[in-house]
Amino acid sequence: MKARVTVTLKSGILDPQGKAIEGALKTLGVKGVASVRQGKVFDIEIKAKDGKAAAAALKAAADKLLANTVIENYDVKLLK
Amino acid sequence: MQAAVIVFPGINRERDMARTLKLVSGREPAMVWHADTALPAGTDLVVVPGGFSYGDYLRCGAIAARAPIMDAVRAHAAKGGLVLGVCNGFQIICEAGLLPGVLMRNQNLKFICRDVYLRVERSDTPFTRGYNAGQVIRVPVAHGEGNYIADGKTIARLEGEGRVLFRYASPDGMIDPDWNHNGAINAIAGILNDEGNVLGMMPHPENHVEPSMGCTDGRGLFAGLVDHLKQAA
Repeated sequence: MKARVTVTLKSGILDPQGKAIEGALKTLGVKGVASVRQGKVFDIEIKAKDGKAAAAALKAAADKLLANTVIENYDVKLLK
Repeated sequence: MQAAVIVFPGINRERDMARTLKLVSGREPAMVWHADTALPAGTDLVVVPGGFSYGDYLRCGAIAARAPIMDAVRAHAAKGGLVLGVCNGFQIICEAGLLPGVLMRNQNLKFICRDVYLRVERSDTPFTRGYNAGQVIRVPVAHGEGNYIADGKTIARLEGEGRVLFRYASPDGMIDPDWNHNGAINAIAGILNDEGNVLGMMPHPENHVEPSMGCTDGRGLFAGLVDHLKQAA
């Protein structure tokens, strides 16, 4: 099974990297960029007996390591 | 004082730390590999040193915080044993849940390597008894992610309980954004856990301990720990 875990900064957490990218996009003349927040994407292949078991394992992976829930949110999606 | 210095792949300040511990305490610290599962018997101070464990992959300190030895470090702390995390070590012990909060990218996005001034907020802890409250010390920093942040409730608690031991300050001890090089909230440079036995700090006191280093302001921290453990014995 393939899955994608997306980790994003919680709102209200300052994201200097996103700000720098936002500034660079504006410098490049890309129109209409209001703000940029940088996050992370993890593509994971996982062996599990069903989708429910896979989702539980991925949640554990995100809680234990992939995200720091003090500052980050995560989203787990199972891909077909 | 029997210290143990934890060694992770990618750490580079462990020898500076070991040298300082030997210099101030007179005893060679044990160097403990991250894959070990136990601390040497009789360890009374665990030091998590600075560097770039696992190349700062994922988040600074995130992978080191899950290393096998960290269960032993947590158990040591839970029994009241002293733990000091410096720089990457501070990031690691935050990620390991020994201290609240996170060290984010420096506000100006730059890696900053220079001396800073710290105001010592309290002198009644094992880590700061070698100083006077309000004293200003000069120590080096070398980090790209030292911008301390936690949620509002946690900050209020840290401040209310006097758990901020070091703040970035001007040479005369004023808290001023111009002297807060990484943008840390409330200029926080070092914090204590709620039991008072775990300290995390971004600056490197171990690099200012001998006249040949140009400054000895960091020595008080280690001398204080030695005194504390002597009295406790």
